[in-house]
Amino acid sequence: MRYIVRRVAQSVFTVFAVVSLSFGIVRLLPGGPADYLRAQLLQQGGSLTQSQINQRIAAQTNVNVGEPLYVQYVDYMVNVLQGDFGRSIWYDDSVASILGKAIPWTVFIMACALLLAFVVGITLGAFMAYREGSSTDYVGTAVSLVTNSTPDFIVGLVALTFLGYRFGLFPTTGHYASEVTPGLNLPFVVSVVHHGTLPILAISLYSFGGWAMDMRANSIRVLGEDYLRVARLRGLPERRIALRYVARNAILPMYTGLLIAIGFVFGGAIIIERIFGYPGLGYYLIGAIDARDYPLMMGGFIVICVAVTIGVLIADLTYGIVDPRAGGGDRESY
Amino acid sequence: MSRTDDSPRTDGGTVSDFDAVANEQVGAADRRREWVEEHLLAPGRVLWSDWRARIAVTVLTGYLLMGTVAWVSAAEWGPTIVPRPSPNQGPALVGAFRTLEFPLGTTFSGHSILSQVVHATPAMLKMIGAGAVFTVVVGATLGTVAGYKGGRVDDVVMTLVDVALTIPGLPLIIVLAGALTDSLQGNPYVIGVLLSINAWAGLSRAVRSQVLTLRGAEYVEASRVMGLGTGTVLRRDVLPNLMPYVTMNFVKQARAVIYGSVGLYFLGVLPYNAVNWGVMMNNANSQAGAVSSPAAFHWLAVPMVTVILLSLSLTLLAQSGDRLFNPRVRARHVSHTSDAPAGVNVDRDGTDRTDDEPPGADPEPDPARREEP
Repeated sequence: MRYIVRRVAQSVFTVFAVVSLSFGIVRLLPGGPADYLRAQLLQQGGSLTQSQINQRIAAQTNVNVGEPLYVQYVDYMVNVLQGDFGRSIWYDDSVASILGKAIPWTVFIMACALLLAFVVGITLGAFMAYREGSSTDYVGTAVSLVTNSTPDFIVGLVALTFLGYRFGLFPTTGHYASEVTPGLNLPFVVSVVHHGTLPILAISLYSFGGWAMDMRANSIRVLGEDYLRVARLRGLPERRIALRYVARNAILPMYTGLLIAIGFVFGGAIIIERIFGYPGLGYYLIGAIDARDYPLMMGGFIVICVAVTIGVLIADLTYGIVDPRAGGGDRESY
Repeated sequence: MSRTDDSPRTDGGTVSDFDAVANEQVGAADRRREWVEEHLLAPGRVLWSDWRARIAVTVLTGYLLMGTVAWVSAAEWGPTIVPRPSPNQGPALVGAFRTLEFPLGTTFSGHSILSQVVHATPAMLKMIGAGAVFTVVVGATLGTVAGYKGGRVDDVVMTLVDVALTIPGLPLIIVLAGALTDSLQGNPYVIGVLLSINAWAGLSRAVRSQVLTLRGAEYVEASRVMGLGTGTVLRRDVLPNLMPYVTMNFVKQARAVIYGSVGLYFLGVLPYNAVNWGVMMNNANSQAGAVSSPAAFHWLAVPMVTVILLSLSLTLLAQSGDRLFNPRVRARHVSHTSDAPAGVNVDRDGTDRTDDEPPGADPEPDPARREEP
């Protein structure tokens, strides 16, 4: 119980630190947004008074630079904690509503990619472990190493070039075709899956190798345990040994890794989303930087960080349930 | 070791062990030779015995060579081996492997792609080095101090680490790069550090837990009792045990810097003032539509392959790296213990360990350091 309270308090502190950090980036960083906008406005012409300049900066950064520093800070914190990230300059809409629309798409492709990579990875890893030293093992290891060393955006670009443009099998941008109506109808679902395939493929092709190598190492370790010899001596069917004895114990150490990966889902697809023009969180984050749209940029950053913090917190708190040996103790997952 | 007749121990030991004096002096030269043997030659042999490491070291040497060629070519004093890329070096969009003059083809504005790839290497290596060194130094220092000092220092550092671990790296880097566009100036060292801004956290956590167990070890306590200063104890007794973590994290972070920098240069988020593999990909895409036009695809593909090869060799190096710190494997390769009888056994799975079990945590003393009887 004490552990849970401590862990939750720590997460709250992390969120607090993230918001403070983003205030620091906007307001205090030399050459940061506030400084940049002031320099721009001063350059444009001398007709603006100091308070007019401050007003403009306030409109564009969500921070009223005319006030004393601590007032700015408190205002900023209060606004953000109420879910008010200001207005996007580029889209002329509230940042919260833009990001709210983007989140489901990011979650969709990342969840699919994560699931696909995990399932393929542990299956391959288990096979490699069972046939350790065979040609299956060598080919599997080589494939895992090569795909895991190819950044996802490179996979994405190659997929886009060939499957998207050259052969025209998949759409090259967007999240669903413009002619379908969003809702629970077949054309819409098909269109969403069709648009999501390449981004999902790119991310999972890059990440399954890591899971496979982890699973292989864990399974080899479990295969050497005494309780497996006992199970074999008892004459248990090989299938049952493979699933109940080996797979379970080999996957267990990867559970926190998986949950932390779920936590990082929100920030993981930034480059891919941009390449495929897929309007998720990362797409808007990069777009905001290109357009120097500071409220949207900082809003995206805070939303991603908070989501990750919650994901990691859940991972830590549930580990004790999944692995009773770690239960209740002051164990931390990373 | 030779024993002369006047050695007190040859006659059955009339002199107690405490009175025995070593009759052989280990000179500074011997010590130096031993140090080289133990710290350079033996690890080198261990690495070389593994096919993954052999590939990795060969490829990495190639990249270092490429960087050197670029450096020499760009310098005033050196011969120009590969000319600097410049517009209209050749016709526009020559394909790869078509002409000897432009082996990798040319860009839309007639730059030689080979020149671009080669001349982008030094900045890339600087970036990777800066990021990896920064991560390792900050991570190991904070972890060691937190673990060794404990108490309030530990609490503060660990809170910092927890926050840094939770903040996702890439968004933070992107936001910082976006906010700092005008002050970064494309300096490769600064960008390398920026790309590693919170990567030290994982290392310091691992180092701290390692230091916590080491702190209570008998030989560390002995050093403390002998009155050695904190710095000396840390340097002599603690740091050598942390080398596995430090080396692994160095390689990991080097790879992360490559990913981050190429990805963000490709998106145009990072500022630059020289040619770069990510910038090449960006230009190929934005100037010639390399994704949709087959005529320009080589412009995109060459930097891609360059990046993949470099990151693959780092992956292989990391994979084979933990053999380096497996004392049993290393003992076999230290020449002055190689004539030892079968006492040092080769364990089968020592050759193939890929799990992240900390090899340094092996409680067995390092046989390579054992003195000969």
